[in-house]
Amino acid sequence: MGLIGALINLDHYGHYLTWHWLNISVANLVVIVLMIAVFISALLLPFPGRAKRRSGK
Amino acid sequence: MSSAVEQQWTTRLRKKLVVAMPASQLLPDTQPSYVASWIYVFGVTTMASLGMVILTGCVLALEGPVWWHQSSVGHYVNSLHLWSVEVFFFAMVVHLWGKYFMAAWRGKRALTWITGAVTFLVSVGAAFTGYLSQSNFDSQWISTQAKDGINSTGVGGFFNVLNLGQMLMWHIVLLPLGAVVLTGLHVLLVRYRGVVPPFEEKGAA
Repeated sequence: MGLIGALINLDHYGHYLTWHWLNISVANLVVIVLMIAVFISALLLPFPGRAKRRSGK
Repeated sequence: MSSAVEQQWTTRLRKKLVVAMPASQLLPDTQPSYVASWIYVFGVTTMASLGMVILTGCVLALEGPVWWHQSSVGHYVNSLHLWSVEVFFFAMVVHLWGKYFMAAWRGKRALTWITGAVTFLVSVGAAFTGYLSQSNFDSQWISTQAKDGINSTGVGGFFNVLNLGQMLMWHIVLLPLGAVVLTGLHVLLVRYRGVVPPFEEKGAA
């Protein structure tokens, strides 16, 4: 954790993005973008052994 | 077997359960080939992180607030508790999206979908009361910001966010119990009905 703390300074107030009525912290936005990226990757990336299972070997 | 024994509720329930949920279905050896996809791993990821949440929560309960606020090991276990919650919600939301776009309530699986959705809501409550149970300025700030919203719903009489003892009990007893029982029921229903198959391709027979 010390190493991560040295790379990224987390000891400050959160950053917020505001667009009209929308107000969101950068941290929450990053998590939402990551969830979407993981969701799309899970649909597209091949699962290990899938072809073998389908061929019934 | 005598008819008196046959009519016992335990006998009748056991027979029904054995027929509805044989051991091979409860702990199956294989799954259908369509389950070999990354989108199917997020349910079990959610359960694994729930296990970690409960394990670290038990350690925090044993040691107490002074330990998790002041010792380095306490900070570490407190962080493990927080980050396993982050993984829990992350995986649960991806699981929810996957099941939503599969319309996973198909094939008499409505109750499976409902138990999953209610588990999500109960977990949001557990996370919220967790923020209130930290016993620091952060939890005081969150409780004072939340009180008006909660009170406006009319539940403030028996769910008082300014009552630390009550919020702690919701966080460590009632809501985890609800989440675990509902998760167990959810998994049993998945075993009972099976994993929802993908949509058939258009034009397929």
